[in-house]
Amino acid sequence: MASVTHDVVPEAAAERAPAAQPYTNPYLAGIGLGLVLLAAFVLVGRGLGASGAFNSSIAWLVSLVAPGYARSNAFLAGYLEGGTHPLKAWLVFEVAGAFVGALLSGLLAGRVALAVEKGPRVSVAARLVLAFVGGSLMAVGAALARGCTSGQALTGGSLLNLGSWVFMMCVFGGAYAVAFFVRRQWR
Amino acid sequence: MSAPFYKLGAFGDEANLIVAFFIGIGFGFFLERAGFGSAKKLVSQFYLNDLAVFKVMFTAIVTAMLGVTYLSWVGFLDLSLVYLVPTYWIPQVVGGLVLGVGFVVGGYCPGTSVAATATGRLDGLVFVLGFAAGTLGFALAFPLVAGLYTAGDLGTKTLPQVLGIPYGALVFGVVLMAVGGFVGATWLEKKMAPKAAPATATE
Repeated sequence: MASVTHDVVPEAAAERAPAAQPYTNPYLAGIGLGLVLLAAFVLVGRGLGASGAFNSSIAWLVSLVAPGYARSNAFLAGYLEGGTHPLKAWLVFEVAGAFVGALLSGLLAGRVALAVEKGPRVSVAARLVLAFVGGSLMAVGAALARGCTSGQALTGGSLLNLGSWVFMMCVFGGAYAVAFFVRRQWR
Repeated sequence: MSAPFYKLGAFGDEANLIVAFFIGIGFGFFLERAGFGSAKKLVSQFYLNDLAVFKVMFTAIVTAMLGVTYLSWVGFLDLSLVYLVPTYWIPQVVGGLVLGVGFVVGGYCPGTSVAATATGRLDGLVFVLGFAAGTLGFALAFPLVAGLYTAGDLGTKTLPQVLGIPYGALVFGVVLMAVGGFVGATWLEKKMAPKAAPATATE
């Protein structure tokens, strides 16, 4: 583990961790990701996801604090159905695996380092505030859309799902529309 | 038809969670391999100097799409048993736009923020906490947004059904579009590269 770097640039990764290897060719990584997704379709009959794991976790936490309310909330109740524990959900286990898989890949490539990803013109505090705000916005977007970049764009995209393609175009549209206004955070 | 194995009863619910964990390992592994544990790498997509997000995503979509198409064509995979998220086009348009804004503001999406956290990125961890807070906020406000959430219900619809184009023809069209996109993306990266190079050299 390297020390905290305030300005991590992928191209300059060698500065913080001499052993860091370059990223895999995007087409090769894409084929790998596509085969994992295909394995999910064949083995389980569903695709990848991420936001659903957060929904299950929040539903479980709320049910600990206010069980009656959690069951009466139409959004949370969907994640509390059935007799099993809310965390015994497919996406919770899949996301736990994703954490392990990313750590494994990062360790093999020497890319695990305590760091904050940001451009040179923004403070660490500002970057962390924006990460929190961006995460919150994305949660609202993913909840409304019934999925995120994994569950909708990637999974639904490969199944030629109508709503997924509509969603994917809007994601790129929304991001390009505001990229100019937050450029100081990154460049 | 022998697949999907779980839906056809080849293994039970408990085993399915173990399968989920191992599929997740593959998912996280390739996200990190691609560089998607790095917010700077991800958002470069929106400043056009590194279009790896588009390339990885569409290579993955095409790979899985061709696999699914072939396996259902040879009678191995029953595509009707593969879960499709129903289309509610209005919240999916609004949600997509909001999620896109969140992507360039926060630097990650849910899956990639997990990869970032796993590899030590503090901003990834803070994004995860923000995502959890946003999910809680959405749940608490759900009675207010329930109308929007269920608007534009079109049921389970695929593009071939809606466009009236045969499935195979559309698959071919998506492959062509992706390959065209890859050529265009590489051209754009080269065009944007000279501007980016001096900036990184002076840092």
